[in-house]
Amino acid sequence: MALDDDMREALDMFITEARDLVQGLEEGLLELEDQPGGGETVNAVFRAAHTLKGSSGLFGLQHLVEFTHVVETVLGSVRDGVLDVTPGLVSALLPCTDHISAMIEGLAGGRLEPDAAQAADGARLLAGLEPYLADGSAMTAGPVVAAPDAPPPEMAWRLVLHFGEDCLRNGMDPLSFLRYLSTLGTVTGVVTVTDRLPEAADMDPESCYLSFEVDLVTAAPKTEIEAVFDFVREDSDIRITPAESQFDTYVRAIRAMPENDRIGDVLITSGAVTELEMAEALRIQQERVVREGNQPVPIGEILIEQGIVPRAIVDAALTRQRRTTETRSQDTRTIRIDAARLDKLIDLVGELVIAQSSTGIPNSAGPDTSSEAQGEVMRLVDEVRHSALSLRMVPIGTTLRRFERVVRDVCMELGKEVSLVITGGDAEMDKALVERISDPLLHLVRNSLDHGIEPAGERRKHGKAQQGTLRLNAYHDAGNIVIEVADDGRGLDRERILAKAIERELVAPGTTLTDSEVYNLIFEPGFSTAETVSNLSGRGVGMDVVKRNVTALRGSIEVETARGIGTTIRIRLPLTLAIIDGFLVGVGPSSFIVPLDRVTECVELPPGPLGRDCMNLRGEVLPFIRLRQIFGVPGQPARRQNVVIVEQSGQRTGLVVDSLLGELQTVIKPLGILFSRVKCISGSTILGNGEIALILDVGPLIAGHSDREQTRQAVPVG
Amino acid sequence: MTAPRRFVVDEELTIVTAADHRERLLAFLGDGNGVRVDLSGVADLDTAGLQVLMMTRNEGVRLNLPVEFTEPSPVVTEALALTRLEL
Repeated sequence: MALDDDMREALDMFITEARDLVQGLEEGLLELEDQPGGGETVNAVFRAAHTLKGSSGLFGLQHLVEFTHVVETVLGSVRDGVLDVTPGLVSALLPCTDHISAMIEGLAGGRLEPDAAQAADGARLLAGLEPYLADGSAMTAGPVVAAPDAPPPEMAWRLVLHFGEDCLRNGMDPLSFLRYLSTLGTVTGVVTVTDRLPEAADMDPESCYLSFEVDLVTAAPKTEIEAVFDFVREDSDIRITPAESQFDTYVRAIRAMPENDRIGDVLITSGAVTELEMAEALRIQQERVVREGNQPVPIGEILIEQGIVPRAIVDAALTRQRRTTETRSQDTRTIRIDAARLDKLIDLVGELVIAQSSTGIPNSAGPDTSSEAQGEVMRLVDEVRHSALSLRMVPIGTTLRRFERVVRDVCMELGKEVSLVITGGDAEMDKALVERISDPLLHLVRNSLDHGIEPAGERRKHGKAQQGTLRLNAYHDAGNIVIEVADDGRGLDRERILAKAIERELVAPGTTLTDSEVYNLIFEPGFSTAETVSNLSGRGVGMDVVKRNVTALRGSIEVETARGIGTTIRIRLPLTLAIIDGFLVGVGPSSFIVPLDRVTECVELPPGPLGRDCMNLRGEVLPFIRLRQIFGVPGQPARRQNVVIVEQSGQRTGLVVDSLLGELQTVIKPLGILFSRVKCISGSTILGNGEIALILDVGPLIAGHSDREQTRQAVPVG
Repeated sequence: MTAPRRFVVDEELTIVTAADHRERLLAFLGDGNGVRVDLSGVADLDTAGLQVLMMTRNEGVRLNLPVEFTEPSPVVTEALALTRLEL
């Protein structure tokens, strides 16, 4: 079915609506599980399913109609009082909402038909609903037939086998591996590499000197081929790569894959890389981060470097990943807004037009009116800006409520009892931010459930309520939105974290650290423990990734914990990414912008020795940073310098500048890719006079400075 | 120069006997006449055994002496086919 533009537009609206309906369905079901009697909820849930079915029918989306029809029938029986709500029923229906949601996301990605895996999934779910249906009445729409499993196609592999020198002594004979490979499939070619065989005099007859390059055609998956070498993997170098002739097949397979933004998952699903190889590659990645302290090397590069997959396949997977991200960013092209807000904006624009025209009228009434009209225009522009920005604002509650489902599922999986309390759900933030913070939040929630809250038995032993509590709280604070994930679990174990950090060489033994420094170690790359990786199935996603994501949104993250009482993780984010209130300062010929919400006060720099970088502020020592020095601005400092005092996570620092130029609403222009690694600068903006001003990123600026100070002080002077 | 002497390889040519075969084959080559290696009796051959045979061949080339392998047993033929090697 080809889509013309009108149809596409209508479909976009359907998708937006359907997402809301599915979420309503899910929330309703969860509510019903808690309070099975809620008549209004039952109606709402039924209506959601009914509307979904109807709208899908309009677009001829037969698979959605058939599926939701069955769900609707079951809900119909609940509404009519024929069927009682049981946890079993809710557990059968919840995956159905996931399935509907997956099909809708498929639509958003341009796929009008479900793929084979989804169809099979749907059939399985419907089978699960069978017991709740009154005598087959539901299946009038015809059962969804799952595509039969085709036998896996044969693939060509190239195996490069460098056996360890000791393998013969260990009783492993390479010849028997070659023999075994021919039972897996057809060995189409073997090259025995004899280069390493030394001259007779130097040869140890018990060492292995031969390597083999084997071409194998087999239907067996890569994991099975890999498993052949389980016993020799330790001291041998075994590479299994798709044969060159097969690149196209993989590239095609990857292109046809459902959306996924993890390149690792894409590669593993395609069969080009096994879990084991991915784990190894991730380990290498982590190791380098810890050793070199650089940004992590992309996992694709490591896989290529290790000879695990050829570049062509990694590139295909990267393209797939990029396309997914694009689809996702396209999602935000349509947003739903409150009609009242739109009306207000239009009103304001109308007023602005009037005010604008009145500035043009010759000032017969005296010189004052012109400046008055000008002032009115300024005020209106400011209000229009506010109002336009508020169109992008959505309450965070929708996102937070999604976690009810996560909490329910994880608790079932882990056998824990946890109740979720959400407060401050009506705090608003930029829609783009909400979307981008939901993954890090998900990780924090799972982490709390998994590691924070103890099992019921342990809680009873410590005299706590058997049921744990997880609180999600959101509130506005000084131009920021703060989101807290708080549990009443066991709290962080200071000693264990420290021991682990020393073991991982993140901290030198014997270092004295404050509590908060210790707790912040959990955000270090390479800290996440082995158990975290397996339990959370988040390949390579640890707290460091959470922190990186939050920082990328110009936010910060902090931990507060008490042993045996609980842990609170607090994420602080700006309300929007597009505009900030800035404070313009000048250093020599350059201008910089300090985010205004960070500025607490400005004072004049007291005279003092030049080398000392701290001053006395009402009896307290205030360290400061000379911007001229740190950015290498040429020229002599002004005769009278000023200090802008900024606060970051409770720590106050001064920034020494030449001149204070005042407040400025700043439209942030991102720096190009070229500057993506520059710390301390979060963007740029264009000033009224056409000059460019750099926007300072206060967090890294201060952190970087205290690091440098520590290094400087660690070096003995003289 | 007299004809190469005949060397009969044992039934087992594996890591167990590789060191022994290496010594003996090198000793044979040491007399300067080359060697004819009779492989008809080999019933057990592994990578170590194969390496000894290849070493003998290489050593023959190096010393410019004739080294000949005769009457390979089925086991030897199979191993050579498996590795696509020629002696």
